[in-house]
Amino acid sequence: MTGFGDTLHAEWTKFRTVPGWVLGVLAAAAGIVAFGLLPGIGGSCGTSACPTLIGPDGTEVRDSFTFVHQPLAGDGSITVRVAALKSAVPWAKAGLIVKDGTTRGSTYAAVMVTGDHGVRLQYDYTHDIGGPAVGAPRWLRLTRAGNTVTAAESADGIRWTGVDHAQLPGLPATAEVGLFVTSPEFVAEIRQGLAAGTDSGPSRATGTFDHLTLEGGWRGAAWRSDPVGDAAAGAADGGSGLERDGDAWRVTGAGDIAPSVAGGAGVGVTVTQTLTGTFVGLILVVVVATMFVTAEYRRGLIRTTFAADPGRVRVLAAKATVLGAVTFGVGLVAAAVVVFAGRRVLRAGGVYVHPAALPTELRIVAGTAALLAVAAVMALGVGALLRRGVTAVTTAIVVIVLPYLLAVAVLSGAAASWLLRVSPAAAFALQQAARQYPQVDNSYRPADGYFPLPGWAGLAVLTGWAALAFAAAALLTSRRDA
Amino acid sequence: MISVSGLRKRFGSTVALDGMTFSVRPGQVTGFVGPNGAGKSTTMRVVVGLDAPDAGEALVGGRPYRSLRHPMRHLGSLLDAAALQPSRTARNHLLWIAHSQGLGGGRVDEVLDQVGLGAVGRRRAGGFSLGMRQRLGIAAALLGDPPALMLDEPFNGMDPEGIIWIRGLLRELASQGRAVLVSSHLMGELQDTADHVVIAGRGRIIADANVAELLATVAGGRVTVRSAEPGAAAVLAGAGGSITPGGTGAFTVGGLAAEEVVAVLNRHGVPFSEVAGHRATLEDAYLELTRDAVEYRAATPGPVAS
Repeated sequence: MTGFGDTLHAEWTKFRTVPGWVLGVLAAAAGIVAFGLLPGIGGSCGTSACPTLIGPDGTEVRDSFTFVHQPLAGDGSITVRVAALKSAVPWAKAGLIVKDGTTRGSTYAAVMVTGDHGVRLQYDYTHDIGGPAVGAPRWLRLTRAGNTVTAAESADGIRWTGVDHAQLPGLPATAEVGLFVTSPEFVAEIRQGLAAGTDSGPSRATGTFDHLTLEGGWRGAAWRSDPVGDAAAGAADGGSGLERDGDAWRVTGAGDIAPSVAGGAGVGVTVTQTLTGTFVGLILVVVVATMFVTAEYRRGLIRTTFAADPGRVRVLAAKATVLGAVTFGVGLVAAAVVVFAGRRVLRAGGVYVHPAALPTELRIVAGTAALLAVAAVMALGVGALLRRGVTAVTTAIVVIVLPYLLAVAVLSGAAASWLLRVSPAAAFALQQAARQYPQVDNSYRPADGYFPLPGWAGLAVLTGWAALAFAAAALLTSRRDA
Repeated sequence: MISVSGLRKRFGSTVALDGMTFSVRPGQVTGFVGPNGAGKSTTMRVVVGLDAPDAGEALVGGRPYRSLRHPMRHLGSLLDAAALQPSRTARNHLLWIAHSQGLGGGRVDEVLDQVGLGAVGRRRAGGFSLGMRQRLGIAAALLGDPPALMLDEPFNGMDPEGIIWIRGLLRELASQGRAVLVSSHLMGELQDTADHVVIAGRGRIIADANVAELLATVAGGRVTVRSAEPGAAAVLAGAGGSITPGGTGAFTVGGLAAEEVVAVLNRHGVPFSEVAGHRATLEDAYLELTRDAVEYRAATPGPVAS
C-alpha cells in the first residue's frame, strides 16, 4: 500500500483532534480502573484468616481429610478393601494415601474409590488419573518403592490391575501412610426467574474399610487418627473421625485434597473478577470506534476523506490501525493497574484473591487490551457498514457487549456457554485466571471467572467476527458511491 | 487540467448525467452554471472519484483522480463547505488533510492566512458561519498548491465582501496558470470573473463558450428609445430595426447599434428624450441559452437529481 504512512498520519490526527473521542477512550480506561479499585465487595478473610496453602508445585491447594495413619520407613505396601462409601457428592473419596507427614500441602499420592467417578489415582493435588469406573466395594493397594508410588485395584483381592504410578521426588524416607476419607462441598446451580446463582455447602462421607494388610518397613506403631485441615472443625461435632468395629474401620471425613478453586464451591475470587469493569470500558470503546467512522458519514466529511485519499480500503485500514493501537495501549495500562493494584484493594477489603502466576497475569493484561482493540476494529467495521451512528452503535453493542452481560448475569449453563463460544464476547476468555479442574466440582460459571474456551480460541472467535465485519465494510465501501 | 467526457449516471430511474462533456483549461476561470439539479455536483463528485459513472470518464491532468497518490496536490476541491467535524478546530481540520497529502502544519498556517482565517484557526469549526466554512473549504482546496481547482458553489453564504474576495482569488489563481472550475446556479455571480462558461441542463452541456464571444452573440445591440414622436418606431423599422413596444413612449430596438439609432433618428429629424444601449449580461445570455431547456423541462415530468 503506497502512502499508508500518510493515511495513517491523517487518521491519527483526526482521532486526537476530536476531544470527545479522546475523552471517551480515557473514560473507558477510567471505568476499568474504577471497577477494579473501588472495593465493591467485602469479605471476611483478613490477610491472615485465609492463609494461602501452597502445594509442592506452587499451586494453591486444599488439604482437608481424616487420616488414619502410621509411619512407613523405606519401601512397603498397604492393601485394604473399601467395603462401602456413604457419601452425598460425586467426588467423595475413600482410600489409601502415602504422604509427607500430616503437614497440610505436603506431597502425597492416593488411590481411592469415589462417590461417582470410579477408582482413581491422585497425587500432588493437581494430578488425577482415572481407573475403572466402579465404586465400593473394591480392593485397593498402594506400594512405595523409592520415590515411586504405584496404585493397583482389584474386585476380589486376588486378581490385581495396576491403575498407574506417581513420582514423588519430595517424599522423605519415612512417610505417613494409611486410610483417608474426605468429601468436598456440594454445588448446585439455582435459578430464580432470570437470576442465576449457585448454592453450595459442606458434605460428609463415611468409608468402611476391612482386610487391612501391610508389607515392608512398617514399625508396628499404633494407628493414629488425625483430622487434617478443615476436617478438624467437623471432628468437633463428632462427625468425623474413626470408629473400629472388629476388623472393620469406619472413617468419616469432610473437605478435599485437591487444587483450590474460586467460585461457588471454592474460596474467594480470582484476578478475573477485578476486571469486571472491562464491559464498561468496552461499551465506551465500541461507541468511540463506531463514531470514528459514522460521524464522517453524518457530516459528509467522508467525501473529504475519500477525496483526500481515494484508497478507501487503505483509509479503513488506517482507521482500524489507529483505533486498535489507541485502545490496546489504553487497555494495557488500565488492565495492568487493575491486575497489579486491584487485588491489593480486594485483599485489604478482606476478599481472598487467588494469586496467579506472572505469565498468567501478563496474559490477562495483554488479553484485556487485545479484547478492546479487536472489538474496536469490529465496531469500526459495523460503523462503516451501517453508516448511521445510532444504528451502528446499537448494533455493535448488542453484538459485542450484550452477549457477555447475558452470559455473566442472566443466562446459565449451556446457553451462557454457547454464547461465550460463538459470540464476539468469547474473547473475555482471555481474562480467565484460574484453571478449571475436572476433579473438583465447582460452579465453573463465567460469573466466577471461568470461560468455555481457552483464551487464544476466544480471541480467535472475536478476531474472526472483526475480520468479517471489516471485510464486509471494505467491500461495500469500495463499491458504493461516497 | 480537468476533462470530462461522456459521463452518464443514473440514480434509480433518474438520469443525473446524460453525456456530460467539457474541459477546464489552465489559466482560465471556467464557470459551471446550470439550474439546481442540472448535474453539476454529480459531475464534480465523479471527477474526484466519489461517485462512479455508468459510462464515460473524468481525468485530472490526464489521469483518473483515484490513481493519484496525493490527489489534492493535483486538484484542490471544495464540494460541501458544511462537511466538518464541529468539535475539531479549523486548523486541525486542515492539519489532517495536510497530513494525508504528506504536508505539514506550516502549509496549514499559510493557507489559513491566505483565506483570512489566521486569527480563528484555533476555534472550533462548528461555530463558523457558512461564509467562514466556505473560506475553510477553499483553504483545504489550496493546501496542496494544486494546478487545478474545483469549487462547488463557493459564493453560497458569502457576504458581499467575501464575494469580492473570492472573485479576486479566482482571478489570481487563474493568472497563476491554474485551471479553475467554479460552479454556481446564479450566472450573475460569475460576471466579471469567468473567462469561460459551461452551461449544464438536464445532465448535459447546453453551451460551452468563451464569455466575451457569448456576450457578443447575445447582446446583438438592443437599444431602448424614448420619444414623444409617434413616427419614431416606424422610422427605425424602416432602417432595419426590429421593434418591441415598451412602456409609454418607449420601445426597444433590436438589430441596430445605439449609434445607428441616433443617426437614423437625427437623419429623419425625429426628436427623442433617451437612447440607451444595453450592455448584455451573462444573466441574459444564460436565460437565452437555457430557455429551450427550461421549457422542455417544464413540460416533462421527472426532475433531475442534483
